Amino acid sequence: MSVMYSSITKKIWMSLMGLFLMIFLVVHLGINLLLLFDPTRELFNEVAHFMGTNPVIQMFQWVLFAGFVIHMFLGVVLQIQNWIARPKGYKVKASSEESVFSRYMIHTGIIIFVFLIIHFANFFFKAKVFHSIPEFVLDGTPTGMEDMGILVMKLFELPEYVIGYIIALLVLGFHLDHAFQSAFQSLGINHRKYTPFIKGFGHFYTIVITAGYIIIPLFIYFSK
Amino acid sequence: MDLKLKIWRQAGPDAEGKFVHYPVHNISKDASFLEMMDILNEELVANGEEPVAFDHDCREGICGMCSLYINGHPHGPDDSITTCQLHMRKFKDGETIVIEPWRAKPFPIIKDLMVDRTAFDEIIQAGGYVSINTGGVPDANAIPIKKENADLAMDAAACIGCGACVAACKNASAMLFVSAKVSQFALLPQGRVEAKRRVENMVAKMDELGFGNCTNTYACEAECPKDISIANIARMNREFLMAKIC
Ligand code: HEM
Ligand code: SF4
Ligand code: FES
Repeated sequence: MSVMYSSITKKIWMSLMGLFLMIFLVVHLGINLLLLFDPTRELFNEVAHFMGTNPVIQMFQWVLFAGFVIHMFLGVVLQIQNWIARPKGYKVKASSEESVFSRYMIHTGIIIFVFLIIHFANFFFKAKVFHSIPEFVLDGTPTGMEDMGILVMKLFELPEYVIGYIIALLVLGFHLDHAFQSAFQSLGINHRKYTPFIKGFGHFYTIVITAGYIIIPLFIYFSK
Repeated sequence: MDLKLKIWRQAGPDAEGKFVHYPVHNISKDASFLEMMDILNEELVANGEEPVAFDHDCREGICGMCSLYINGHPHGPDDSITTCQLHMRKFKDGETIVIEPWRAKPFPIIKDLMVDRTAFDEIIQAGGYVSINTGGVPDANAIPIKKENADLAMDAAACIGCGACVAACKNASAMLFVSAKVSQFALLPQGRVEAKRRVENMVAKMDELGFGNCTNTYACEAECPKDISIANIARMNREFLMAKIC
């Protein structure tokens, strides 16, 4: 079906979903960082419990899920059309793109997708499908909340998880570095005064998000 | 100077093509790239071989007919010029130069380095014009136009339709070309009348012809001989979005 929509329509949806996902990344990072500031994990578990039970958030969870699906689906459709548009490539490859990352959006995207599946298996499914998470006990009293925090701490004591996570997050960073300004251009927002700011802010956003997520496993691993 | 050329040879649209090596000798560094190709072709004709087919017309950088993907760059290594304006002093003595045709599904190869760019004409026919009733010549300056818009429209109108943007793009997208054509009208009051219909029809035609989708790599802008800005692509996206929702 989506082949029926014009290239620009697909790009506009792609960028809107991408921007939405980028806002979600900020919220998710904010919650994760709570683990660093609270050794009892109480804050983190409370927020995780809230996110897992609040009806409004539960609704947004589906919006988020739809956002991912639409973004990935359109990304793959666009890419296949782009491969078809050049059946025979060049002997000498051009490299005139503004950013190298822009050449590899489908590749970084697919790696992010694989990471997402592992990520879901580690946390979401355990909590939502298998209910296999121990209860959070504070000062000897059970709290009725799942101890999501301990799950994170335990995983990040394993060096293979720490390394895998860091690689996945670097790849996400490569995706975001091109994606941020690209989303604005796709929406028709390009202005000689503001575009340099958007590009600069995109790099800043990417570094903060990537570094922010990466600090957490490193911190947990080295302070165990 | 002496050079080693590796040129894509293909006898016809459906023929199997291949790279053929041609050494050329005693080329003046002041020769233009196409003059160098002429010298090669004269040698080939003198030896009873088939000359290399390539497109060219004005040879002064204004018609958009010349093409050639030279060492990984449409219109060669120099910035902001067409292949006909490229000179051999940009190359080193003894250098190997790989010359390929534009590669894109909507630009089928006619022969050797010549491609059929009718697809661009079809996009223009889909909306790249202003409908007017013929009559007396209107007064110049009868319609006030902001200087900034006049300048931007003029910059967009500099596009010569060469197709280097498509050739450079990893997605073989024609967005820079189409957006230049949409912009040159969208910025002027005379073009506003049909603006909505124009952008919808030209984009639909571009998609139908099988050009790829833009992923904002900006390779087109870097390779365009007329320095058409990707701000035009954003303008077209804006025009398109507005046409769809309003
Ligand atoms: C948290 C995860 C993700 C975020 C925040 C994100 C964000 C973005 C944004 C903002 C864009 C630019 C859109 C535009 O220019 O219109 C983009 C492009 C792209 N994304 Fe993602 N993305 C994510 C995950 C994925 C995944 C899982 C895939 C899997 C296929 C993917 C595939 C692509 C592709 C192929 C492009 C380039 C397509 C284009 O520019 O037209 N992304 N991404
Ligand atoms: S936008 Fe530039 S590269 Fe593309 S057809 Fe026009 S002049 Fe050629
Ligand atoms: S031959 Fe006319 S632009 Fe090069």
